[in-house]
Amino acid sequence: MELFELTIHELHEKLKRKEVSSVEAARAVLARIEAVEPQVHAFITVTAKEALQDAAAADKRIAAGDVDLLTGIPIALKDIFLTRGVRTTCASRILENFIPPYDGTCVAKLRERGMVLVGKLNQDEFAMGSSTESSHFGVTRNPWHTDYIPGGSSGGSAAAIAAQQATATLGTDTGGSIRQPASHCGCVGLKPTYGRVSRYGVIAYASSLDQVGPVTRDVTDCAILLEAVAGYDPKDSTSVNLPVPDYVRGLANGVKGLKIGLPKEYFIAGLDPEVKKAVEAAIATYRSLGAEFVEISLPHTDYAVATYYLIATAEASSNLARYDGVRYGHRSAEAKGLVEMYAKTRAEGFGMEVKRRIMLGTYALSSGYYDAYYIKAQKVRTLIMHDFLKAFEQVDLLLTPVAPTPAFKIGEKTSDPLQMYLSDIFTIPVNLAGTCGISVPAGISQQGLPIGMQLIGKPFGEETILRAAYAFEQATEWHRQKAKI
Amino acid sequence: MKITRQEVEHVARLARLELTEQEADTFTGQLDAILAYVDTLKELNTDGIIPTAHAVPMENAFREDEVQPSIGVENALANAPARAESFFRVPKVIE
Repeated sequence: MELFELTIHELHEKLKRKEVSSVEAARAVLARIEAVEPQVHAFITVTAKEALQDAAAADKRIAAGDVDLLTGIPIALKDIFLTRGVRTTCASRILENFIPPYDGTCVAKLRERGMVLVGKLNQDEFAMGSSTESSHFGVTRNPWHTDYIPGGSSGGSAAAIAAQQATATLGTDTGGSIRQPASHCGCVGLKPTYGRVSRYGVIAYASSLDQVGPVTRDVTDCAILLEAVAGYDPKDSTSVNLPVPDYVRGLANGVKGLKIGLPKEYFIAGLDPEVKKAVEAAIATYRSLGAEFVEISLPHTDYAVATYYLIATAEASSNLARYDGVRYGHRSAEAKGLVEMYAKTRAEGFGMEVKRRIMLGTYALSSGYYDAYYIKAQKVRTLIMHDFLKAFEQVDLLLTPVAPTPAFKIGEKTSDPLQMYLSDIFTIPVNLAGTCGISVPAGISQQGLPIGMQLIGKPFGEETILRAAYAFEQATEWHRQKAKI
Repeated sequence: MKITRQEVEHVARLARLELTEQEADTFTGQLDAILAYVDTLKELNTDGIIPTAHAVPMENAFREDEVQPSIGVENALANAPARAESFFRVPKVIE
């Protein structure tokens, strides 16, 4: 095994036993990035110099016997996380040269534990997209088949794991942006319950839906990284003050006696036969492990995408008002007056998908349409949330597909935004309900593209979905399959 | 038609976005299709349903009003497109 192929827990053992140094691990990962980056393009910025400094500092800590699970581990972050002194673009021209003056809470927590930051990952511009094609810095390719998208918006986070360009990564998920790329790239990706992880220093897209989560090689790494970033933060008033469980310790508890719900609305006619087959095989695996299945109903599923595209765009139009060319970011050189400066700055700085969503959100919030669109969507959100709460009175977790199809081809959906939006139909409801979901590798298509399955948990039920994901991982070999790149 | 070209131009002004002729055309068609799709929500009776702004019920989050260290003037201005002394510089506001 090469050093860049290892999981967090495997590399940690080697670092702890001093079989390898953190500098060696960082060098191996940086060399791997250099080798495969021309084909994958998972990164916006590679921080080679800083990574070697971080690694040298980690080695000192390790020599002094101060070894945390994340000390000396090469980690890459979606370019939505503010990193002090390291350019953070959110894949937008408007932030092309933005150097944050501070670290976000997740970044600070990881730094404190001795992470080695190897770079900032590509994504859809402002996390708006399902394919990483809307980045100002070019598309990321799926390491399993470079004609295909890696998913999005955290496409760089998933592609970097699949192409072994980082030991672990963080992404963000507003409507599926961790789980869908994890599914398309054969990784484990978890969206925590809203409020579980601080959003301080994470560039906002839709504040009532955004959550930070890990993208990793296996479920154990996912539990390790979630535990590292979870918890209450006074700097994010929406973070929830609940103790963080020891997610790793509970992993091996098995699924015997767990009741798993199958929402009938998720097994629809449009579901790709290979995705359906993978999910059915997963159900059979869980049955053999002693889990019980119950058919349940989430009756408002069909309305989730429409609800999401009103709420998320309304919040985005408000959040992105801050990009005005005054305090940071791009400013148009053309404008004469102040209002013209705003309009030209934003015209030059934002890409088409971001403009489209700002337009839709502004419309939904504008006088005369606010009740008909925005308030209506918030009411339907209540119905969708109640669907989940009702289902969780009967079952411990839900099992569903992540995406209706495996990854699609680059360029296939860029001209039809509505088709692109519908590819998130199984992940969006989880964000609207504010609960947690994980994508776990569960198959490979005939094209050679990974297929994931989704486990959806109760609010703050991360322990249960991680434990169920771990049981599946132990019983199958899908997570051991590797992209040939 | 759910949305007209004139409405698109009006919304663009509200959003402080200068659109090219071609962008305005493209958005008129695309927003029209998206709005027709989101109109499916009208099928649902939502009388008496309380709107959800946040999935986690929240009350005001208060803290003690204590002075905390901040990033400071130089850090705050470090990314400014234009500055004058310790201020952000902008084009003329009043003609």
